Amino acid sequence: MNASPRAIPGPLDVGRLRQDFPILDQQVNGAPLAYLDNAASTQRPLAVLDAMDHYYRHDHANVHRGVHTLSHRATDRYEHARELVRGFLNAASIREVIFTRGTTEAINLVAYTLGQRLKAGDEIVVSELEHHSNIVPWQMLCERTGAVLRVGPITDRGEIDVEAMLALITPATRLVGVAHVSNALGTVNPVAEIIAAARRHGALTLVDGAQAAAHVPVDVRALGCDFYALSGHKLHGPTGIGVLYGRESVLETLPPFQGGGDMIATVSFRGTTYNELPYRFEAGTPAIAEAIGLGAAIEYLGRVGLPAIAAHEEALVDHALARLRDLPGIRFLGNPRQRVGLVSFNIDGIHPHDVGTVLDQRGVAVRAGHHCAMPVMERFGVPGSVRASFALYNTRDEVDRLVEALQLAVRMFAP
Amino acid sequence: MSQGDRGGATTAEPVALDLYQQIVLEHSRRPQNFRRLDTPDRRAEGHNRLCGDKVTLYLRLAGGLLAEVTFEAAGCAICLASASLLTETAAGLSVGTAERLAAGVIGHFDDPAAHALPPALAALDGVRAYPSRIRCATLPWQTLRQALAGPADAIATTEPAE
Ligand SMILES: Cc1ncc(COP(=O)(O)O)c(C=O)c1O
Repeated sequence: MNASPRAIPGPLDVGRLRQDFPILDQQVNGAPLAYLDNAASTQRPLAVLDAMDHYYRHDHANVHRGVHTLSHRATDRYEHARELVRGFLNAASIREVIFTRGTTEAINLVAYTLGQRLKAGDEIVVSELEHHSNIVPWQMLCERTGAVLRVGPITDRGEIDVEAMLALITPATRLVGVAHVSNALGTVNPVAEIIAAARRHGALTLVDGAQAAAHVPVDVRALGCDFYALSGHKLHGPTGIGVLYGRESVLETLPPFQGGGDMIATVSFRGTTYNELPYRFEAGTPAIAEAIGLGAAIEYLGRVGLPAIAAHEEALVDHALARLRDLPGIRFLGNPRQRVGLVSFNIDGIHPHDVGTVLDQRGVAVRAGHHCAMPVMERFGVPGSVRASFALYNTRDEVDRLVEALQLAVRMFAP
Repeated sequence: MSQGDRGGATTAEPVALDLYQQIVLEHSRRPQNFRRLDTPDRRAEGHNRLCGDKVTLYLRLAGGLLAEVTFEAAGCAICLASASLLTETAAGLSVGTAERLAAGVIGHFDDPAAHALPPALAALDGVRAYPSRIRCATLPWQTLRQALAGPADAIATTEPAE
């Protein structure tokens, strides 16, 4: 059932893989599109588009409700996607796999439900390199409950200062939240070590896996985390779907999130009883086609092979770093020793948005701005940065075109 | 650095010329009137929260005219050039005329047919083709409106797209 017939880490046949992604085959401003904004959102292979299309053409009905054939089919396909996610994350049971709208909703679900048992003086610890979606829900929770948010600092390399972060974790800590991979710097964080320390103090742990899932193999049981959040659109799946993995014994203790259909067992005006896991946390008609699309994306990643993808992206980022180093005035944000295929930088005297626009004129799509990680920008004393992020379909040639377009920007804006 | 130093005017480098016209590049490299006034009659700050651009405008008024217009800014080339051009075009105007000019420049990016740009600002027209950058061009003009409306110290913020 788990589709990874050839997960041998050999070199990817990128030319062939690119044919799976019709969106890549287009001209942008007169040049072939070089899509290097994968950390913001990846593109979808035909396997995902076809799975969703097929579902809508043949199988759509509401799930968990009808006695008719289509409803059974829709339910089977939706639940099969949940099983694929379970396998992908190596969760112990599908009871631990909750579909959400994305990482943001997954983290908010935890912050909201956990919040009901927090009190003044409790503490939550996150790192300085978190995405806003792993900061703001905790700030809101602290405002509601009087709990305190503590922030583990990062170093000039753009790595979490593990010693300093662990020193913040005490018996008052209720939850430690940390990104598996930083979206602003590309750093792969030592999450297992942080989780182990948190557990020694009896704190819950949440890993924001939005940037990790398409690039590094994830095993929630090996990590030992209580929660793991991810977004479908960052791993070649659809938008509007994501996952919250939650350890069953922890989920059992949490109150419901939203109320409505599907999350109940019985409703009466005398009182309502709630459904079992994971449905208790999935109120209302879910994003069925998107879940099926996510399942197809996971199967696709399995067929291509995450180890091979990771090796390919590492080669791309090494090539990019080697070539970018010679660019006049370049300043990298961080220099993490463990990183994914992502590079974040500024060029002296040129605003990141101007760089982004010049690159766009050459068909090269990058992100320019604060990347929803304003504390990271503040840490490095810049208003924003240029970020190029690679996926399985990117090529060395595209990296070279990035560098050439940057050389052009330097010539244009040189004082 | 041998080729392309005419700002991409060769056919090999037809890049973003409509946006980064020579005038825009020159004003962004060497902004005019880039200095603070220690005792301005009006001062306003403009922020673009989306990209962190920040403009501070200083006005000295005399007899109902903008006797001196200066600015400080941290921002992209478009924002810097627009602010620099603003200080040149608004200086010497009456408060009422400057207000109409600012409203017209901002209006131009919504409805160019209804609001023509004065020739001195024609270089900004290229920004229209880059919707995500229009805010960069209009921020200084919004800040000017804020300064003209008073109080002596005002803050303008351009919000992310509604
Ligand atoms: C590290 C990280 N966390 C969380 C998110 C939020 O993901 P989403 O917007 O899909 O909910 C992102 C997306 O940019 C991210 O990079």
